[in-house]
Amino acid sequence: MFLGCAIPYRVSAYETSARKVLQKLGVELAEMPEFNCCGLPLDPVSHEMMLILAARNLALAEQQGLNIITLCPGCAGTLKKVNKMLKEDKALREQINGHLKESGLEFKGTVETKHLIQVLMEDVGLEKIKNAVVKPLTMLKVAEHNGCHILRPKEYIGFDDPEDPQTLKTLIEATGATCLDYMDETECCGAPSVGVSDKIALQLARDKLSHVKMVDAQALITICPFCHIMYDTNELRIEKMFNEAYGIPVLHYPQLLGLAMGMTPEELAFNEHRVDTSKIIKQVTESAQ
Amino acid sequence: MTETIKEPIKASEIDPKFKYEISKMHGGEKLLRCFQCGTCTSDCPVARFSETYRPRQIIRMTQLGLKERVLNSDALWLCAACFTCTDRCPQDVEVASVIRVLRNLAAEKGMVPLVFKEQACSILESGYAYKIPELRLKKRETQGLPPLPKGNAESIRKSLSGVKFLKAIEKKGEQSGQ
Repeated sequence: MFLGCAIPYRVSAYETSARKVLQKLGVELAEMPEFNCCGLPLDPVSHEMMLILAARNLALAEQQGLNIITLCPGCAGTLKKVNKMLKEDKALREQINGHLKESGLEFKGTVETKHLIQVLMEDVGLEKIKNAVVKPLTMLKVAEHNGCHILRPKEYIGFDDPEDPQTLKTLIEATGATCLDYMDETECCGAPSVGVSDKIALQLARDKLSHVKMVDAQALITICPFCHIMYDTNELRIEKMFNEAYGIPVLHYPQLLGLAMGMTPEELAFNEHRVDTSKIIKQVTESAQ
Repeated sequence: MTETIKEPIKASEIDPKFKYEISKMHGGEKLLRCFQCGTCTSDCPVARFSETYRPRQIIRMTQLGLKERVLNSDALWLCAACFTCTDRCPQDVEVASVIRVLRNLAAEKGMVPLVFKEQACSILESGYAYKIPELRLKKRETQGLPPLPKGNAESIRKSLSGVKFLKAIEKKGEQSGQ
């Protein structure tokens, strides 16, 4: 299990719910005591530093002979991209291995990295997930947001169709909920611009929230800690800034799946959300009775 | 970027080798293929809300060799790295990667927003891009989560020795007496 930085820093509800759901679906996770940042946050200032940090993580997993699962699309994208780059470019591989040598590590290119939803779709399988659903969420109409790095750049990631992604939609529908189409579904949440231009970042997030509201979605489903921070943590800030009201709860996909698998909102750490989730919890619990 | 094109271009500020320098770097290889169609800018989510950020303009300035203008431009740091431009470019230019190459060069000269310096320092200290508060670590126990990987800062620092960017921020720190 590769956690990355943002999840332990601010988004533990995602981790809590993902662990519970994976455990119930029979996915066993190994903890890796020496994993470090995937490298992505430093790519803008030092591509070299990003490559070394990513290769270090891959080499650590290789030592254990284990594939990597991440909850963060940024981490998944980075580890996939670097894995491909180093496998294909011998000179680059030797350069990076030169850096790792002193720590007794070597990148060989023997493991794979997958994001949570890729593992759910390809390794657990849709049938098993559908069979685990004991409380179909047929009363819910929700919208999905994939986030950029699970899909792009296409050449390196090679997962789903970045222009019309289907995996998350299919997984949402497996819970019994309806997944609504809306305008600009694949638009960026703005998170990478935070710290450089908060104004642009929040305008992007606002755009998304207003498009989601337009189709009357009861919740927005995310699979990325950064997207979740933009839409949940910052939703009140956006409402104030633009003098608008959204009130859209933002759920991590494993929270939605967990509800359908019969887990309680407490187990799935709904209490950690900034936007009020009581309405959606009520809808789920009342219609189940 | 508007402020950077107000001034007329002087022949003396053009570095004709700049485009070749960028083309040699990973991600910048296809810079010269750009024929300025503008797909990148029209599909860019940031450009929609920014008065100054125009990826097409950055690419053109790079092709023209306006090195100092590009590297000193604040707009360079607005890209959200969503890679929509890269995926949609009809000429296969890795637009977002060219911008990353330019940012890397600017950073080596010490021109870098504070947020990146903070993240770099945090990684060297703890292995994580953010300083994860003690309270969060304790809370994990009550949430039934396994302890967070401690990282191995010493080993990370060893692996990262010799990285140009880190040398640049160290040097900058010394100069300003930090």
